[in-house]
Amino acid sequence: MIRVAVQPAAIDVGAEFDLHDAGGHGASASFIGRVRGDGDLTELFLEHHPAMTEAGLGDLAHAAADRWQLAALTLIHRVGAMAPGDTIVLVLASSPHRSGALAACEFLIDRLKTDVMLWKRETFADGRVAWVEARAGDEVRAERWNQ
Amino acid sequence: MALNLAYFAWVRDRMGVADEVVELPADIADLTALLTWLAGRDERGALAFAEPQRIRAAIDGVMMGPGAPLADAREVALFPPVTGG
Repeated sequence: MIRVAVQPAAIDVGAEFDLHDAGGHGASASFIGRVRGDGDLTELFLEHHPAMTEAGLGDLAHAAADRWQLAALTLIHRVGAMAPGDTIVLVLASSPHRSGALAACEFLIDRLKTDVMLWKRETFADGRVAWVEARAGDEVRAERWNQ
Repeated sequence: MALNLAYFAWVRDRMGVADEVVELPADIADLTALLTWLAGRDERGALAFAEPQRIRAAIDGVMMGPGAPLADAREVALFPPVTGG
């Protein structure tokens, strides 16, 4: 079962895990990305493309399913305004054995940082607003899955 | 040729609009030429597209490299490198 979602609503990690794990799987790996409150950050805004963002996540999910033997995959990205501590992204990957689950989880988080149309904008307590710059290290991490 | 342009993140901020329809001169054949044309068209274009190496693009929903041809394109999305995750 593949579940992909782009949503402005808060991600309910517990409910998503229950849904993902309904069948019980041999091995499940998870990644939860949260908003850090660095430097007096008051809001993180995630901009997306109405069609291409979800399509991009779907493409990545299917690429992972083609590459590893997966029993279930959940890939949910929040968009819109968020506060420090909020969950931005949830990746759950399950497989009969740990190697596929762990590798698929890492592949998905690495590639969604470079392949999916999402942009972060930070607002700070002093009123400063800044778009987050892409990091060269993210490109390197994403690219190694092509080798 | 009429072409829909859509802008995202700081590209949209600098252009001042989320999308627009432009009448493209006949000699603007690929993405590289489009960025050069937009940068030279007005002040906001110069602000947004002065550094074309910082711009990524999708043609009709598919991510494309700088030399991609515009023939048959209906919508071009222009945006900075993505920063999700």
